Amino acid sequence: MKKLRLSLLALFAGMFVFFAAAPFSAQAQNTGPNPTALSVNEQKLLEALKGGQSVGGRVSIPDQRAASLIRPDGRSWQDFRSGTVKTVSAIAILGMLALLIVFFLVRGRIKVEHGFSGRTVTRFASLDRFVHWVTATCFIILALTGLNITFGKAIVAPLFGEGAFGALSAWGKLAHNYLAFPFMIGIALMFLFWVKHNIPNSGDIAWLKAGGGIFSKDKHPPARRFNAGQKGIFWIVIIGGFLMSLSGWHLLFPSEGPAEIMFHANLHAIVGALFMAVMLAHIYIGSLGMEGAFDAMGTGQVDVNWAKQHHSLWLAETGQGGGAGAHAVPAE
Amino acid sequence: MARMKFLCDADRCIECNACVTACKNEHDVPWGINRRRVVTINDGKPGERSVSMACMHCTDAPCAAVCPVNCFYTTADAVVLHNKDTCIGCGYCFYACPFGAPQYPRLTNFGSRGKMDKCTYCAGGPEADNTAAEYQKYGANRLAEGKLPICAEMCSTKALLAGDGAIIAEIYKERVMKRGYGSGAWGWKTAYKETIAI
Repeated sequence: MKKLRLSLLALFAGMFVFFAAAPFSAQAQNTGPNPTALSVNEQKLLEALKGGQSVGGRVSIPDQRAASLIRPDGRSWQDFRSGTVKTVSAIAILGMLALLIVFFLVRGRIKVEHGFSGRTVTRFASLDRFVHWVTATCFIILALTGLNITFGKAIVAPLFGEGAFGALSAWGKLAHNYLAFPFMIGIALMFLFWVKHNIPNSGDIAWLKAGGGIFSKDKHPPARRFNAGQKGIFWIVIIGGFLMSLSGWHLLFPSEGPAEIMFHANLHAIVGALFMAVMLAHIYIGSLGMEGAFDAMGTGQVDVNWAKQHHSLWLAETGQGGGAGAHAVPAE
Repeated sequence: MARMKFLCDADRCIECNACVTACKNEHDVPWGINRRRVVTINDGKPGERSVSMACMHCTDAPCAAVCPVNCFYTTADAVVLHNKDTCIGCGYCFYACPFGAPQYPRLTNFGSRGKMDKCTYCAGGPEADNTAAEYQKYGANRLAEGKLPICAEMCSTKALLAGDGAIIAEIYKERVMKRGYGSGAWGWKTAYKETIAI
């Protein structure tokens, strides 16, 4: 009897659950299937995106890049290019120019203290100079055509008109693409030629502590072939050149899609602007800023007094500076 | 003046690709370039949708902002067009474009690209309307003839709408009200920074 009572109870309980649940399921059936319940939703797809991704699917045309439907990243890249890139470039380049002008006005041209001796010593062999000038020429053209990409439409176009600016930019793009290759080779050769003289050592710390002697007229810290400042320039050129080559290579031969290009175009623009700013200082000190410095890369022969002043240890190493007139080297 | 827009009703698009074909035919678009394409999302799964996409003629167009040579211009109808004479084929507009609209005929090695080509909203280019020079570079100029883009005009299910933004939004709204559902105006938020509220 107890068993029967229990099973009846269970039956009632079951029926209660059934009827209680029934109205809900009947309601769901009345509305019919929602045709968009499962459909893809743009808002959800966009929200699920991470940087560099796109909403996409399948296309029946051969160009599989077309399978990307919406890539909202383009908007942020636009902001970066028309905002950050321009601001950073302008500040870096104009800021460096202003610094150099102030420095020139304050410090003036750095003179060879005891005047030119008339005796010279070989500083850069012809191959060194050849590589330097090939790279430098490429750099200047690459820099100008690069600046044209960032600032051309604001500066060059109003000056020369749209037509001339268009033609100039088209040639500039070709020059930029092709001169990239001798530039990259130049950077690699400069690294091979000069790296052994550019390893930082303890002498560099003393040189830096003395401020390179740049702010004082009577104190000249000793230096070997390259002082700490020149080593800095060397490593900036090598690292900057490498980053420019790497990002430029990705821009010339894109293989991974828009996210790759965006990243490398940003890197190329920012590093390029900083590189130009540093090179302005290099050009200044190698020409206008210091008497006797240009000869090092011009004729390759520097005056002994210049070498004594700026690279005393190196002059001693070459054995050509020696005592007063002990080993007079003909100028030519 | 109107503010021309495209709107693809994904609940109507049947991925027939007729818009793609009509566009290629109307403008003699070269091989390898598709000014319009149909993308199917969640292909073969429940709830798949197809969207016909081309240049959306964005408000504050990113292509124009990044173009280093200023070859883009916006017409009075808010159609984004470009000048192939000034284009240098740098590719920046393709990278900035959220819709992958700009394309380039591959001319040489070294990744150098030809002059950019994209949807003109059937509105040609800077040359005089409906001249041979304009047709050769940009294709037909239907807008100058008072016609709307061919892709939308011949769409068999009228999924693809072209015309003044306010009017096509109204048509779409009416549809959604009537049938009770709609998966939204694809790309509008990215292109026009607004969407259709229903």
